[in-house]
Amino acid sequence: EKLGLGRPALPEEIAAWNLDVSPNGDGLPVGSGSVEDGEMIFSENCAVCHGEFAEGVGNWPKLAGGDGTLADKDPLKTVGSYWPYLSTVYDYVRRSMPFGNAQTMTDDDVYAITAYILYSNYIVEDDFVLSNENFLDVEMPNAGGFVVDDRGESEYGIFTEANACYHDCKDTVEITKRATVLDVTPEEEGTDQAAAEPAAATETEVAAVAETPAEAPAAVEDAPAEVVTAMAFDADLAAEGEKVFKKCKACHQVGDGAKNRTGPVLNGVFGAPVAHVGDFKYSSDMMGAHDAGTVWDEAHLAEFLAKPKGVYKKTKMTFAGLKKDDEIAAVIEYLKSVSQ
Amino acid sequence: GPDPLITEKQDWAMSTGAGVDETPYGLPIKYEGDVIRRNVPWLTADPISSINFTPIHALDGTITPQGCAFERHHSGAIELKKEDYRLMINGLVDQPLVFTYEDLERFPRVNHTYFLECAANTGMEWAGAQLNGSQFTHGMIHNMEYSGVTLRTLLEEAGLDAAGELKDKWVYVEGADASSNGRSIPMEKALDDCIVAFKANGEALRMEHGYPVRLVVPGWEGNMWVKWLRRIEVTAQAVQSREETSKYTDTLADGTSRKWTWVMDAKSVVTSPSPQMPITHGKGPLVITGLAWSGRGAITGVDVSKDGGKTWEKARLAKPGEKMALTRFYLDTEWNGEEMLLQSRAHDETGYVQPTKAQLREVRGENSVYHNNCIQTWHVNTNGEAENVEVSS
Repeated sequence: EKLGLGRPALPEEIAAWNLDVSPNGDGLPVGSGSVEDGEMIFSENCAVCHGEFAEGVGNWPKLAGGDGTLADKDPLKTVGSYWPYLSTVYDYVRRSMPFGNAQTMTDDDVYAITAYILYSNYIVEDDFVLSNENFLDVEMPNAGGFVVDDRGESEYGIFTEANACYHDCKDTVEITKRATVLDVTPEEEGTDQAAAEPAAATETEVAAVAETPAEAPAAVEDAPAEVVTAMAFDADLAAEGEKVFKKCKACHQVGDGAKNRTGPVLNGVFGAPVAHVGDFKYSSDMMGAHDAGTVWDEAHLAEFLAKPKGVYKKTKMTFAGLKKDDEIAAVIEYLKSVSQ
Repeated sequence: GPDPLITEKQDWAMSTGAGVDETPYGLPIKYEGDVIRRNVPWLTADPISSINFTPIHALDGTITPQGCAFERHHSGAIELKKEDYRLMINGLVDQPLVFTYEDLERFPRVNHTYFLECAANTGMEWAGAQLNGSQFTHGMIHNMEYSGVTLRTLLEEAGLDAAGELKDKWVYVEGADASSNGRSIPMEKALDDCIVAFKANGEALRMEHGYPVRLVVPGWEGNMWVKWLRRIEVTAQAVQSREETSKYTDTLADGTSRKWTWVMDAKSVVTSPSPQMPITHGKGPLVITGLAWSGRGAITGVDVSKDGGKTWEKARLAKPGEKMALTRFYLDTEWNGEEMLLQSRAHDETGYVQPTKAQLREVRGENSVYHNNCIQTWHVNTNGEAENVEVSS
């Protein structure tokens, strides 16, 4: 019955991918990390989204706090208040964090970050060192807070055919809540003309007001004009750069309608003064360069993209840098192309 | 008077249209350009780790075209070539194996149509009526015909003797993207009906749905349908990954939380009329239509109420319900121009009947996010416009 397809997985291959860590400690690598080291590593790599004290930034996940809120209407679910297993933190951080730069941490760094998240939740003291040896000793506050799916017992006996009413099911019916009161539904363009350029239709999807469809085509027609570029750039190289730029997109937006996210909008960055976006909160290093009149020219961008923290020590950009010169050149070319 | 569209010669009846070489791979005609996925920016911190919604209000039948089937990524949709694709099976198996994409195509294949519903579908409606449109309230769902190899076939190729007693074993699955989105699935389900799929609706999976290979876990929450599937590990315990502990668990009123709530219970929604699909034709014949589905088997019937649940009548199923697949229902009726409070209610083959929101809240409270399968109400006013509302019970 076996078809003899595939080939044996080599031990090195299994070791490279088999990274999951289980609640009983299976899969934990040998190593350790302190709260003290974790605070620094967290500040450099995680705080941009999760806050210096793991309290969260904007809509990004809060990792600390929320103790005692689970029975509230709007519970705050964090590692401290909710997560039942510490192994989950190690497992997830090691494989999937930092966002946009996953699997760049050493095993010891992950221990340190995990220790710091515990500390930020008051689960350990500031002199704590987490290791594979004491990992299972840490008690998670909500470890006992879960029950296995019990819908079979608690619900399925109620929601049945026998209880399904067809006539005179209630005396009166009143509207008790309305979605239009909240008014949080995105508006959509409703015109067929808007679809003539599918890409543009998607980009301007929420821009046009449904009640005034006549205005929607105008908005779409306006868009291409803004893409016209005056700066000379190599289109092929810029196209290569656009692919490399995916690494940057977790934090930076470009193009029409771009907004500041974790990082500033990069429209017009090429040739602009350092810290060119007025309403973005840059590091003090970058503001210093801005005040000194430093400009993002080819050389300066190349230097920065190769090793951001080598140029601006306090930069909030957690990205480690692009390793290949041709990738750096391509990204700069792409930034030129969006710099109008 | 006479209709000029008929009495006057039209350009399209005189000149020629597009040639066969114009669109080697076709998109919908431009007049259908509003039938698109939409997202709700305030829901998430970043569109790279976010969700959008299938335009179910504008579709008919049951098959969701891939190009408008909702997307949910935890670290963005990745471009992974077939040539670069590897699938590893390891853990408690007789022989850990690595497959290429070509290897997978040499196993016996199956075809099945299943719905995929995100556990968070309708999750924004727990505390009240919030989003105005079936696309937004119920659009975290799609329904496709999958072609692929059963997970059982692949596990047996690696050999399960090493796993011993299978009843208490698990299969841990993860993707090749940065999130990896690992989930643990009980061995019983893995051997029952899961598919390692590479085609949907006849063609290759789209990038956003896991090209070249994704897992299909019929009837269970979408998060378990791991995309860009790269590894299957047979384990003695659940890994308790982020996605099965901190997320996709259901907190009840007393603060305790249900875990391992994998099955998607029976649910339905009227897709038209609805907030995005007002009645524009006035009084007279009206087709009320919608979708019903159950993760526990086939849909056996759908009831429709026009008066907010005082009275119910049976809708017509377009076809007999299929297990864990969308079922289309119709109520061919007359609209007298009066207000309606439209609802639908699904029945599945286990005898389960879709509950009201009040019934669900009574058991679970209002802290939950996931697994909201309550009856939806649309208020249709005398102009034929519809709004998402809640009604008294």
